[in-house]
Amino acid sequence: MNKQSNTYTIIYIIVLVVLVGTALASTSLALKERQQENIDADKMSQILAAALVHPAKGEVVADYNRYVTRSFTVNAEGEEIEGTKAFDIDVAAQSKLAADQRLLPVYECTLSDGAVKYILPVYGAGLWGPIWGYVAFDDNGTTIYGAYFAHQGETPGLGAEIEKPQFSDQFQGKQVFKEGRFRPVAVVKNGSKPMDGEDYVDGISGGTITSKGVSAMLDNCLTPYRKFLQSLSE
Amino acid sequence: MAEKINTKRVFLNPLSKDNPVVVQVLGICSVLAVTAKLEPAIVMGISVIAVLAFANVIISLIRNTIPTNIRIIVQLVVVAGLVVIVDQVLKAFAYDASKQLSVFIGLIITNCILMGRLEAFAMANKPWPSFLDGIGNGLGYAAILVIVGFFRELLGSGTLLGYNVVPQCFYDAGYVNNGLMILPPMALIVVGCVIWVQRSINKDLQEND
Repeated sequence: MNKQSNTYTIIYIIVLVVLVGTALASTSLALKERQQENIDADKMSQILAAALVHPAKGEVVADYNRYVTRSFTVNAEGEEIEGTKAFDIDVAAQSKLAADQRLLPVYECTLSDGAVKYILPVYGAGLWGPIWGYVAFDDNGTTIYGAYFAHQGETPGLGAEIEKPQFSDQFQGKQVFKEGRFRPVAVVKNGSKPMDGEDYVDGISGGTITSKGVSAMLDNCLTPYRKFLQSLSE
Repeated sequence: MAEKINTKRVFLNPLSKDNPVVVQVLGICSVLAVTAKLEPAIVMGISVIAVLAFANVIISLIRNTIPTNIRIIVQLVVVAGLVVIVDQVLKAFAYDASKQLSVFIGLIITNCILMGRLEAFAMANKPWPSFLDGIGNGLGYAAILVIVGFFRELLGSGTLLGYNVVPQCFYDAGYVNNGLMILPPMALIVVGCVIWVQRSINKDLQEND
């Protein structure tokens, strides 16, 4: 058989690619469930991190089920929407819609001392790629209890610092309702402060665009929750 | 195929005298990228060993059927397939490590060690020596990764595998972690030091000018 002929070469590569394709497809199918569990567990640990709960390895799902007592979806009017699973909502896609069309997930978290916190997801853009996070509110709907931020590929040592507690811990105790107006916390240059008396935290030196990204993300993603947060205090 | 291959030498040479990283200076890119911490370095090392060994065996098994004009494509298809499988397995069983390594697992495909070994060894040798060659070269690569990762994590973060090893009293006495060690340039310098040590031990590696 002539191994250099075109027919042989073409048949050879077709058979090879089909074999490799089959192997990949079956691996992917066999492992899909476990991978999804990992991805979900990762998301759960991020949600809990906003409520300042840091579960040990392997206890993420158990802790999530213990603390997050309810999750539900609201619309921009603050009304609960039936028939959606809050956990499965793609926040990235929702954050690009007009505010009044979004599905807004809320995670209700009951801590060990009985305090109820509401955790809201946020999603936006940093310098190099997406940034996202979760912000936990006290049940008065205005005080931030804790925050968690993550990023895909911000500059290490600069923009990437948003994932450190040194940055996210600054949000604790900030108010989003000031003098009756809703203003999500601003992230500003060290030493300056917003003109309109909004609550603010210090941005990261050298990570200006990422810091502005966090600020814009909070504006964009928390504003649709205004009526929901307002209803909490009433 | 007339010449007899010394399987012991095939396995042991890449560990030191013919090390793919410090002697042949292949695969440097991933060494710089994944060695800021010890754990990803170990996971990366194991992944490369697995991909290299299996790719070597598969190519060696089918070496006599591969049409010469598409042999590189065939090698790439096999390597790419294995790399994706390793990536999937890591996502399922070592999610944290796979998150840290992100694109670098996928980039094993472009690691020169792989194509080098396939083209230079597996295409001309039987499966068993090829398997040993793959394991040997993989181990040689992993060893350098672990050495570099060890020093970078110890000096850069004061931890090993995430556990604190530098006692608190050192910090109280004014010791600070060297943040430079976390950055890629220091990986290059550590690799340079390893090469230095390696050449001082193996005199026959030193070039005469």
